[in-house]
Amino acid sequence: MELTGADIFVRSLDAEGVDYIFGYPGGAVLHIYDALYRQDKVQHILVRHEQAATHAADGYARSSGKPGVVIVTSGPGATNAVTGIATAYMDSIPMVVFTGQVPTHLIGNDAFQEADNIGITRPCVKHNFLVKDVNDLAETIKKAFYVATTGRPGPVVVDIPKDITADKTEFSYPDKVHMRSYNPVLIGHTGQIKRAVSLMQTARRPIFYTGGGVILGNASESLTELAKILNFPVTNTLMGLGAYPATDPQFVGMLGMHGTYEANMAMHHCDVLIAIGARFDDRVTGHIEKFCPHATIVHVDIDPASISKNVKVDVPIVGCVDNVLKVMLNEIKNNDVHSDAVALQEWWQQIDAWRAKDCLKYDHASETIKPQFVVETLYKLTGGDAFITSDVGQHQMWAAQFYKFDKPRRWINSGGLGTMGFGLPAAMGVQFAHPDATVACITGEGSIQMCIQELSTCTQYSLPLKIINLNNGYLGMVRQWQEFFYQKRYAMSYMESLPDFVKLAESYGHVGMQITRPGDVEGALVEMLKLKDRLVFMDFLTDKTENVYPMIPAGGGQNEMILV
Amino acid sequence: MENEAGALSRVAGLFSARGYNIESLTVAPTEDSSLSRLTLVTRGTEEIIEQITKQLHKLIDVVKLMDMTEGPHIEREMMLVKVLAEGDRRNELKRLSDIFRGRIIDVTDKTYTIELTGAGDKLDAFLQTLESSVIVEVVRSGVSGIARGDRALKL
Repeated sequence: MELTGADIFVRSLDAEGVDYIFGYPGGAVLHIYDALYRQDKVQHILVRHEQAATHAADGYARSSGKPGVVIVTSGPGATNAVTGIATAYMDSIPMVVFTGQVPTHLIGNDAFQEADNIGITRPCVKHNFLVKDVNDLAETIKKAFYVATTGRPGPVVVDIPKDITADKTEFSYPDKVHMRSYNPVLIGHTGQIKRAVSLMQTARRPIFYTGGGVILGNASESLTELAKILNFPVTNTLMGLGAYPATDPQFVGMLGMHGTYEANMAMHHCDVLIAIGARFDDRVTGHIEKFCPHATIVHVDIDPASISKNVKVDVPIVGCVDNVLKVMLNEIKNNDVHSDAVALQEWWQQIDAWRAKDCLKYDHASETIKPQFVVETLYKLTGGDAFITSDVGQHQMWAAQFYKFDKPRRWINSGGLGTMGFGLPAAMGVQFAHPDATVACITGEGSIQMCIQELSTCTQYSLPLKIINLNNGYLGMVRQWQEFFYQKRYAMSYMESLPDFVKLAESYGHVGMQITRPGDVEGALVEMLKLKDRLVFMDFLTDKTENVYPMIPAGGGQNEMILV
Repeated sequence: MENEAGALSRVAGLFSARGYNIESLTVAPTEDSSLSRLTLVTRGTEEIIEQITKQLHKLIDVVKLMDMTEGPHIEREMMLVKVLAEGDRRNELKRLSDIFRGRIIDVTDKTYTIELTGAGDKLDAFLQTLESSVIVEVVRSGVSGIARGDRALKL
């Protein structure tokens, strides 16, 4: 039987096992919306802004490991989605975004709600497709999911002109697709793996530096086993938090600009650096010329272009991270390889001396609420078991520093692009993927207002999110830089005319609370967690001038941290 | 690369987005109509060339990639030059064209159009020998290249 393109679209999603599609309707996708209406397998989640659709799909993908799926209309629908697509691209998140397009014969005519979606998204997608014939639709969708989820994952855009969704053809969904120019390398080079293992054997001051690739590649268990066998310290990037259990004694904390003193000092002094699924981002390396001056560097990554991009690597290993780590483990077990226990004992003593600086200390006796204390208390009360999303800025760093993630896929934040407005819609996606879990969005009064309209979506779908608004009245990270580097000229970083967040939450049908005294923090959070079925907006009025420490100033090396 | 709309802009977009320089670029379909061949000349340190190579490999429309300069190879570029050829100049320009093994492919009572093929520096040299006042128009094709010997860029 012949089906319309719109029905083929829906059947294809069903065949891919898609349970949720996040989107917003419009003229160019009306046939598709009609097809969605006539079935009950793929559930459509109606957001309030297309940016939120992409962030929600992103949060769904990060927390579940399955690709996020989005549909938006042509023109402004697609351009609104671009921020979310670029966010997913920078953090390598598997996502398939369907954009409506004007009918084929109008493309290029400046038609109503026309935009060059392929051209606009090209620099921020792994790949994109324009469907020009209904006979290609099912196979293109298959290819889109294949490309998005394999190799180094990333967002894929499929642009579908309206006439294609009305045209009819026979439907059959391919079992697999082959693309002659797309063959991700999965198996690491055996010789290089052996070289890496022999470096591990002789290393005197080694460290594992692990990133989001460990989480995306589901390699946390292998990493933990390897680190345990070798007794090496482990540091995670912002994107890698949860890849190694944060409460384990071998974990030295996050590294980078606002990483721990011990992590950055260990990086600076290490003799063997084993980078896994990390990409030597400038927020991690500090000044590149001063980065790990004594280290022989091993780098495992699925993307060859990430290797030796910023820092020249001595032992490059291209492959699927989990696969490479398992081969390393076998190599170590089969050949009875041991790390240098004597040297490591000395190395750990050094690391403990750095730890003794207690670089994350803050004033516990403060009369105003310290934002760190809110995160710490949330961590304690949730037993470290909540899903935490964040926006971007100081609150993001405090969440990363003070919530200890023991499991992967629990920490959901925009690391690469640094997208304010990400936290709330991402939390919606997480809650859809994990309906019974506690999902908290740690945010600030600046970021939360960038996608605040999604409180309405949360009402519609009864999403019991917990919003922790660390409200200091400032764009805190901007303010901090202005204090440090612009002689306290606080240009545009003070937020005037803030809404009454309690009333705002209530107007959407949620619960709102404002907390102003440190002594009330714990009680309020307890109350919040009791309201299991409600979205609770917690407006914490925090210390206005608190800064994030420690900090590597721009241009500094990892051994040049500003401590509190 | 795949002979598809958009493939070229992915390559060009990659170069501009990452700040790499394109000195010349030619592209045309091959004997296999599903493929087109793109020859691009760029400059950079070894590290930059390695990055460019890896980034190009990542593009899904790029099927196969070869760095010509890794082995012996031949580079050719074609140029069409329209020159003012009046009076005494007519003979001189004809002789110059012969010296560079150019061919005059169009003639009017005021102009010659000369076709010249060779490596880029030969074309540069020819242009330098012409007085700038005689040059009406210059069209260069950009560089094409092929490896010497058995080495070939083929699927």
